[in-house]
Amino acid sequence: MSGPQAVELLYASPGFFRDAFRVARKDLLIEFRTRSAFLAAAVFAVLSTAIFRFTWEPGRVSPLDIAPGVLWVIFAFSGILGLHRSFGVELADRALDALMASPMSREAVFVGKALANLAFLVCVQALALPAVGLFFNLPAGQFWWGIAGVSVLASIGLVAVGTLFAAITSNTRLAELLLPMLALPFFIPVVIPAAQVTSLLMNGRPFSETVDWIKLLAAFDIVFVAASTVAFPFTLEE
Amino acid sequence: MMSTSASTTADRSRTQSDSAASGIDWLLIGAIVAVIGASVNVLMFTPTEIHQGVAQKIFYLHVPAAIMGLYFSVIPMAIVSAMYLWLKDERLDRVAESFAEVGLVFVTVVLCTGPFWGKPVWGTYWQWEARLTSTLFLSFVLVGYLVMRGAIEQPESRARLSAIIGIMAGFLVPFIHLTVYMFNSLHPMPVVIKPEKATMSPEMSHSFLFSLSAFFLLMLALVRNRTRWATERDRQQALEDER
Repeated sequence: MSGPQAVELLYASPGFFRDAFRVARKDLLIEFRTRSAFLAAAVFAVLSTAIFRFTWEPGRVSPLDIAPGVLWVIFAFSGILGLHRSFGVELADRALDALMASPMSREAVFVGKALANLAFLVCVQALALPAVGLFFNLPAGQFWWGIAGVSVLASIGLVAVGTLFAAITSNTRLAELLLPMLALPFFIPVVIPAAQVTSLLMNGRPFSETVDWIKLLAAFDIVFVAASTVAFPFTLEE
Repeated sequence: MMSTSASTTADRSRTQSDSAASGIDWLLIGAIVAVIGASVNVLMFTPTEIHQGVAQKIFYLHVPAAIMGLYFSVIPMAIVSAMYLWLKDERLDRVAESFAEVGLVFVTVVLCTGPFWGKPVWGTYWQWEARLTSTLFLSFVLVGYLVMRGAIEQPESRARLSAIIGIMAGFLVPFIHLTVYMFNSLHPMPVVIKPEKATMSPEMSHSFLFSLSAFFLLMLALVRNRTRWATERDRQQALEDER
């Protein structure tokens, strides 16, 4: 967001999105002030890039072959680090009850939470992409814009499912263990196409070869954003 | 208010299950007999496949188990879960739980029998083949679902939250299939014997249909049995809570 005008513009949009942006702004503000989850995710991203570098023999395997896998493992796991916090912050002092008592619709709360998580994940990606590029000596080029676009497209699906599951597991014992266990199988149809597109683009293949995978990602986004938004109110007790 | 409604549902389930639980489970006995019959038929009276040899006999166990695990567990579970969120009837939750657990058993059979066939025919125990990969990913979903059920104490929230996961799993299945099929169509893999669209001899297809029917019966019997067990468990829990 660039300045107060942008904020005003967002608040002037119809009720549902205005509420969603309020929730997203609240979550991002908490995250901005504490920076706990973002620092953890950033350290995780850079550290795992470095560790992957030491499992790789530069002479044998081309960095272009290994980098897509490294990127998407980092994105999937660092996404989970942020997701867990999304509902964790609402448990303290029963803040979730206050959120539910507010006149906002529950779907708006979900969309707001998901938007905040999307912003979080995109920030981690903005850090991890150059880190992988640097540590693996990848060439600079136009294809990075394509990879950035696919990352955002895939993140929408990851965040939709992940936010719903974070809401579910926050009600359980073992929330930290359960969230990855439940969410990772659902990340498979996002991570495989995204890694494929990344690999094709890095190897200089034309955009047309990636279209089928991108369609699959877009379909996943549409289905799971809709399904998660509808399902979210059921995660809350009456 | 809560305890009254809990006791009435316990009464209702008690009257329903009393007549059923006391008798012999003829469906399960019939299913076991059918599976034994199908196995004997496959081993003794079905011709051995010319290229793959005895290893091909696993086909009559592996493929019916895969059909049950892939198509008759997660999809019914998703439908029953959606019905639970709509009707809020705890019996539906038990049925969903049973489909997941029995489905996991069948999926495990698939994953264990696959390598025995894969080694002589493909030349490797594990192959990232589309259906095998789908089955593996699906088993992760089922395990996650069942572990989550175990992590929630309160019956109402357990039923509600797992129903959401159940529905989401139903949406996930076509995406997993699409992803692994697209991946495999773009990455051809070497195999020792290329499994082509084989035409089965009439004896083989009869044996296969016999096995498939036996497994279908077994699936139904196990789900029914597992649901009954869950009813008894909840009934006992309700009695303990009353005390």
